[in-house]
Amino acid sequence: MLNTDLYRKLYLARRAEEKIREHYMEDDMKTPMHMSMGEEAIAVGVCHALKPEDQVFATYRSHAIYLAKTQKIDDFFAEMYGKDTALLKGKGGSMHMCAPETGLMGTSAIVASIIPVAVGAAFANKRKDNGKIVTVFFGDGALDEGAFWESLNVACLMKLPVLFVCEDNGFAVHTAASKRQGYASITNIVSKFNCNVLKANTTDVEVVYKLTRRAIRLIRTTQMPCFMHQRYYRYLEHVGVNEDFNAGYRSREEFEEWYKKDPIVLQRKKLLQLGIKEEDIIKLEREIDNKIENSLKMAKEAPFSAVSELYNGVFTG
Amino acid sequence: MRKITYCEALNEAMTQEMARDPRVFVYGIGVPDHKRVFGSTAGLVEKFGPERCFDTPLCEDSMTGFGLGAAINRMRPIHIHIRIEFLLLAMNQLANMVSAYTYATGGNLTVPMVIRAVVGRGWGQGFQHSKSMYSVFAHIPGLKVVLPTTPRDAKGLLIAAIRDDNPVVFIEHRWLYWQEGEVPEEPFVIPLKGAQILREGKDITVVATSWMNVEALKASEILSRKGISIEIVDPRSIAPFDDELIIKSVAKTGRCIVADNDWLNCGFSAEVAARVSEKCFGKLKSPVYRIGFAPTPCPTARHLENEFYPNAVNIIRAVEKTLGLEPTDLSKEDFYSHERRFKGPF
Repeated sequence: MLNTDLYRKLYLARRAEEKIREHYMEDDMKTPMHMSMGEEAIAVGVCHALKPEDQVFATYRSHAIYLAKTQKIDDFFAEMYGKDTALLKGKGGSMHMCAPETGLMGTSAIVASIIPVAVGAAFANKRKDNGKIVTVFFGDGALDEGAFWESLNVACLMKLPVLFVCEDNGFAVHTAASKRQGYASITNIVSKFNCNVLKANTTDVEVVYKLTRRAIRLIRTTQMPCFMHQRYYRYLEHVGVNEDFNAGYRSREEFEEWYKKDPIVLQRKKLLQLGIKEEDIIKLEREIDNKIENSLKMAKEAPFSAVSELYNGVFTG
Repeated sequence: MRKITYCEALNEAMTQEMARDPRVFVYGIGVPDHKRVFGSTAGLVEKFGPERCFDTPLCEDSMTGFGLGAAINRMRPIHIHIRIEFLLLAMNQLANMVSAYTYATGGNLTVPMVIRAVVGRGWGQGFQHSKSMYSVFAHIPGLKVVLPTTPRDAKGLLIAAIRDDNPVVFIEHRWLYWQEGEVPEEPFVIPLKGAQILREGKDITVVATSWMNVEALKASEILSRKGISIEIVDPRSIAPFDDELIIKSVAKTGRCIVADNDWLNCGFSAEVAARVSEKCFGKLKSPVYRIGFAPTPCPTARHLENEFYPNAVNIIRAVEKTLGLEPTDLSKEDFYSHERRFKGPF
């Protein structure tokens, strides 16, 4: 059932990060964490609407996207701990999660730098006529970068099958949009390009999912890319696992307003309203808890690579 | 064997590879326009169509990322820049994305991508159309950097670069485009690693890059008439940089001049000097001597340009100084002047 599947993915993303928060102070996960908490509805709603072979590119804030797209919990924690068992062998870390065999093609910690890569990947897919859609996630900070506008222009010009997903939390690190943007409405500007434009201001994953399905239909029928703008609220500090409401640039009251419609809480209520028994929900949650616990344990116990691994993979062949 | 120009060799390499491998495509600002990147992309759009040979908006950085995205999806892009300075606009993608993508994905994605860029010179190219830049790219692990001098190398190295599964920055000096030489008609590859001896000699080793090999060959003709035999080694690939031939040569001659088509400070010439002093320390009869651009931005007026660039005369004087000889009279010698050939604009 759709709502259960969506909730499962939401719960996984949230619980995985809660586990990170629990263990981060042990200082064994030595990687800068940009936490997804608050954005899960976008990550899950969009990724769930994609086919397994569709491709995703994202940013340093991609825990929820990674888990939603790949479902690879073991690998997720192995990379957080930098272990030899991880696909990336401890060379990516939290900011550069990637799992090409599941369609997650790369994430970047330089704002907007992944966007043109996604556009080039879409070009290759179009040339091969393989029907794959490329989705690229980025924050509102990326709108300040030239690479965003360059990439949007190229994708529109070349009519490439790209879904641009702007996850707008209103801040670039700690700087508010009002201090960065010389325009009133990004969707208004992008709509002047040869591009489909959709927007949402919701924490309901089902709404995001349905909007994404619509975006994909639009990309296919109009042969033009789609720009999807979605608001959310970042619960934790820009980087790190703590709150930062005492830093002065935003208020706890603001958070509390958003938390009233927290994506995970909201979906759980929805499941109950749909007649799903709470004991079944709890069962589903315990299954995920156990999986996470197990993955975390395996990651902690896994060996580090040999030091010689440092030199592998600078070049291929 | 038939002779063709460096430019024709580049064109032939791309034509043959595009015919062989449908994944190869070529793109960049002005690539299919009527000038065809000084003729090097002639015929490609006619033979392979606008889907495999196309112009782009003026966004070098994003179009570099675009190439990366196509490459990880198993295409083989060739991105062309008519001046290497334009690559500075793509430095974010090159240094932060392209170079590290294979490594950071644990070797799970490869980046078979070629970036061709032209080094300009003369007729007032000035401070934005004349840089060499190659040591900057060679500094970054994950990028291969190649600078062919001869038409044969232009073809063999470009085919190797296109077939390589790694990003290759392929650097062409504008004045080399007219150089003629013997080039096999069939496709062939020259490994993207390893120098070649352009001229054998015994008295002194001159390590020269790109256009400076032409100057070094001119210097060698004049010096040989005076009984001095110089050995010219062209490194060709500076990343990865295999110094074996250079070290062998200096071990034989005991002397080394590096004539680099670039500024000296923190440049490739310093890398060569360091390797030679490390590996030939006991065999050196004199310190390594370096020749390169004047430590200034490149001027536009001809007399200042002439002072800015190193040439065969500088090499001859350096050889004489290193060997402890008196400067000979060069007033009757005929040196290369680009005014005979290069009337600009680019």
